[in-house]
Amino acid sequence: MAANRIRSMFPAAPRKGETFELRSGLNSQFAHERKDAIRNTIAAMTLGKDVSALFPDIIKNMATNDLDQKKLVYLYLMNYAKSHPDLCILAVNTFVQDSEDPNPLIRALAIRTMGCIRVDKIVDYMEEPLRKTLKDESPYVRKTAAICVAKLFDLNPSLCLDNGFLETLQEMIGDSNPMVVANSVQALSEINESAPETGALKVTPAVLKKLLMALNECTEWGRVTILTTLAEYHAEDVKEAEHICERVVPQFQHVNPSVVLAAVKVVFLHMKHLNQELTRTYLRKMAPPLVTLVSSQPEVQYVALRNINLLLQKQPDILTKEMRVFFCKYNDPPYVKLEKLEIMIRIANEKNIDQLLMELKEYALEVDMDFVKRAVKAIGQCAIKIDVAAEKCVKVLVDLLNMKVAYVVQEVMVVIKDIFRKYTTYLSILPTLCSTIDELDTPDSRASLIWLLGEYSTEVPDSTSLLQTFLASFIDEDPQVQLQLLTATVKLYLKAPSAENQTILQSTLQTATSSSDNPDIRDRAYVYWRLLSKDPGVAKAIVLAPRPKIESTIPSLPTTLLDELLKEISTLASVYHKPPNTFIGQGRFGADAVQKRAIEEERQTNPSTAAITAAAANGGGNVENLLDIDFDGAAPASAVAAAASSGGGGLGGLADLMGDFGGSPQSASPAPSGGAGGAVGAGTSGLDDLFGLGMGGTNSPPPQVAGLGGLESGLGGLDLGGNSSPPTPQGAQKKTNEDILGLF
Amino acid sequence: MISGVLLFNQKGENLIFRQFRNDCRPRLSDVFRIQVISNAQVRSPILTLGSTTFSHVKHENIYVVAVTKSNANAALVFEFLYRLITLGKSYFGKFDEEAVKNNFVLIYELLDEILDFGYPQNTETDTLKMYITTEGVKSERNVVEDSTKITMQATGALSWRRADVKYRKNEAFVDVIEDVNLLMSAGGTVLRADVSGQIIMRAYLSGTPECKFGLNDRLLLDGAGKASTTRAAAGSVTLEDCQFHQCVKLGKFDTDRIISFVPPDGEFELMRYRSTENVNLPFRVHAIVNEIGKTKVEYQVAVRANYGTKLFATNVVVRVPTPLNTANISTRTSQGKAKYEPSENHIVWKIPRFTGQAEYVLSADAQLTSMTNQKAWSRPPLSMSFSLLMFTSSGLLVRYLKVFEKSNYSSVKWVRYMTRAGSYEIRF
Repeated sequence: MAANRIRSMFPAAPRKGETFELRSGLNSQFAHERKDAIRNTIAAMTLGKDVSALFPDIIKNMATNDLDQKKLVYLYLMNYAKSHPDLCILAVNTFVQDSEDPNPLIRALAIRTMGCIRVDKIVDYMEEPLRKTLKDESPYVRKTAAICVAKLFDLNPSLCLDNGFLETLQEMIGDSNPMVVANSVQALSEINESAPETGALKVTPAVLKKLLMALNECTEWGRVTILTTLAEYHAEDVKEAEHICERVVPQFQHVNPSVVLAAVKVVFLHMKHLNQELTRTYLRKMAPPLVTLVSSQPEVQYVALRNINLLLQKQPDILTKEMRVFFCKYNDPPYVKLEKLEIMIRIANEKNIDQLLMELKEYALEVDMDFVKRAVKAIGQCAIKIDVAAEKCVKVLVDLLNMKVAYVVQEVMVVIKDIFRKYTTYLSILPTLCSTIDELDTPDSRASLIWLLGEYSTEVPDSTSLLQTFLASFIDEDPQVQLQLLTATVKLYLKAPSAENQTILQSTLQTATSSSDNPDIRDRAYVYWRLLSKDPGVAKAIVLAPRPKIESTIPSLPTTLLDELLKEISTLASVYHKPPNTFIGQGRFGADAVQKRAIEEERQTNPSTAAITAAAANGGGNVENLLDIDFDGAAPASAVAAAASSGGGGLGGLADLMGDFGGSPQSASPAPSGGAGGAVGAGTSGLDDLFGLGMGGTNSPPPQVAGLGGLESGLGGLDLGGNSSPPTPQGAQKKTNEDILGLF
Repeated sequence: MISGVLLFNQKGENLIFRQFRNDCRPRLSDVFRIQVISNAQVRSPILTLGSTTFSHVKHENIYVVAVTKSNANAALVFEFLYRLITLGKSYFGKFDEEAVKNNFVLIYELLDEILDFGYPQNTETDTLKMYITTEGVKSERNVVEDSTKITMQATGALSWRRADVKYRKNEAFVDVIEDVNLLMSAGGTVLRADVSGQIIMRAYLSGTPECKFGLNDRLLLDGAGKASTTRAAAGSVTLEDCQFHQCVKLGKFDTDRIISFVPPDGEFELMRYRSTENVNLPFRVHAIVNEIGKTKVEYQVAVRANYGTKLFATNVVVRVPTPLNTANISTRTSQGKAKYEPSENHIVWKIPRFTGQAEYVLSADAQLTSMTNQKAWSRPPLSMSFSLLMFTSSGLLVRYLKVFEKSNYSSVKWVRYMTRAGSYEIRF
């Protein structure tokens, strides 16, 4: 099929001996035939075919005056240099010549490409051309050379330092051309990030002045670079912070959303040094551009919405007047709709709640199941957040109940349970709730109704018989429902200790202790049983103890994490609402370093097995970066390691997600995260074993990294945003946790 | 930053693979195909697997993907991908699978130019077109002086304008184009109405002209909190927010509220703005939809034009959604033509010319087939599209456009207004 595609793309390419044909084309005496052959080679390369065998033939075509052809040859070189490191030396001469070409475009092209050829031999020849181009008269060449320093540093840091390229770059921040300034800053900040010990990018007052000067003149992307650097800078005093904000605020009006977000980030971070009045002014100025972001392209909108969500957690009232812009459009993609909902409930207050409720009710009538459920949940969250609106919300929920759509009813049930945890004034709707019993077939909704039955057993006339219908299928229920059933029957008995209730209780405890395989359920049943047989009075005091009131069911991030994330505005971390080190590994420096160290060590101790270790070390790299598997000539051992790591990694990913939930105070669920933690332990120890076989004393990558390699499997939830609802029965779970805690 | 840019067709075949950093391996294209293209469950545009993040945008029939390994700037990545699409469109007319396949060499060239080591460089279409061209011949003509000039422009402070522009007749055209967005509830209350406008300018001016531009606006920003701004005085408009082309001196705007700029040569978008107050809705729609039993739906849709009788809207299209199990539809209209489009599940009512203050009515009956699983009809909103010349929903007017140039030539300026439907939705 691939061959067919080539044919359709390039009608001239014949079927048999493709490489042969290409080679003869490359060596043709006619320039246009050679050029066509190069083109076809590149096409084959794109399709993933291995055309590295043509390397020598391509190199012959490098010295040409045709700029297009040169670019194609360079493109080929960048891709295959690694497979023919020895032959690359043939290209060096042309590169050096090109870097002195009178045409600035060619000079820049040469230096740009040289930096991308990651072969040690080339690096040695790069020194001189780079030094020259950094001082080139053309800003276009200078800006390209500036980035090239970062490329060189990535390959060979010591060479970079020895030649004083870093100092040159630092001087270039003062360049007259804004784009050169931006690229120098970019290169320095990358070097600084990968090797903080170099102190490559130090923002001094003088540098700050230059940055602010360049800000207004450079390209949009350069502005993002400079703004990001400004955001990381800590202002020395209030005056300086004021000055920075003042100079950055005009960027709110830029047409590029990423510039706007970067500017918001700078102002938001420097704002905390300012006095209250100024802070308020800036917050007010920030609102309109943020709202405008909501009308950008859906993907950009999504990033903006996730960031607005963060900003709102810190400054809840900046957008309260703007509720309407967050209303979902019918054809918004689902990820945008869900995020808009999150934001709407965050900015809901007494004034706009009526408007919001109307809108939410509308959403609850749509057909997308996830969206409808989220809308129902939002109604509940509003009821708990805004006291005065609770009654209206409950009314809307009851209306929805009467629609008798199964998934709506189930979600309403879960939500109403939370409402009862705060307000007990709506007891009159209990019978309506109970009448929906046939619609409830998810564990969450069943558990919620059972909790309500237990809690209000005296208020619901037929609570006993309703509970009995559930108890009839006790063994088949989900553990979560079983736990609720246990607690509910105990409450039922304690509230109305009739003979009938006692029999029910007795038989439930009997079933739970004797026929359940689940240790949690058995333990819970035993605890209740002993408690009741010891002293029913104490049991009553514990089980029926007044519950702490809940204030809000809107998930919010812990303050420290939030502050950390606010420094990451507009980056991936802010989209996932997770700190960056949870989803990026040690980066290429880390992976390379581990590999190199492993091979080096082995070479010293045991030269004969060095080759094997090198292969295994490849595997080590794979664990860090599961997706980087590129078995160029690696031994099969690495494949095994990779396979094993994907297993372990999967668990790790899960544990990581769990850990995240466990971390937020809202959903303290120690049991599951503990369990998964154990699992990851097992996973990594398995890995350790494998590596133990392969490479004696080398450090295996830290478990956390291994775990992340497999976020793949755990990420199903993450792709809709990091905080895709913490385990929904949080209310119930929390409650049961409290129960247990109460016992001891 | 960006480690690689990949283009895929809908089948998941890799059309373009350009790596910018060492950590972007060819195998990643398989990973993306398996994890995103052939995985129907993926709903988010961002996906992180291991430490690799794929950010993708779907355009026409291709996927445009950026691969990143670090905690990259997500907003920048997406904006860049959209810029790439814009570039593709302006180079090839259309940026789809066919265009990519036919021009893959040029795309590699473009990518090489607009991204260096994963950092976006100059992405201005006009500048790029000067030295990356569809005709290979041109580049050979590139004499040294020429490219020196080009490179100056590609990096310079005025990266958007050549210095030596000359016109015999100096003209500037200003188009004010507004997209009016409306969301109206079934009861006829306006849930949301706003205007997002653009001002497009076509400048054919010699030399390096400095332009000053004035509108009848009253920016919220300058006097927020004061009572005077709450009621927009007669003849002035409140703009919620505005954004400018990079040629506009933002600092000057921030301090003195003056829009001053050196325009690029030719067509460009000078500014974008948003307005939410006092939006004049050009059309009022009144829709009555009754579901009669399970087999019939009755429609009665009345549309009334709210603008002066001298104006008229063109290409008015009303889309009335129908249930999924519609079998047959009969329509009657007082103006224009209505047609049922089964593939889209709606009735399309086209009125080529809609004069001001007129009111037209569509009535229709839909016969439904009975279905075994009766799912409630989701009732998507009714939507409209139209374009209306010499009318602005926000009431915005251009007050002046002044051109200052060293040689002091006189210039001719033209202004045009147009209002279009953005997302003009009415629930029923």
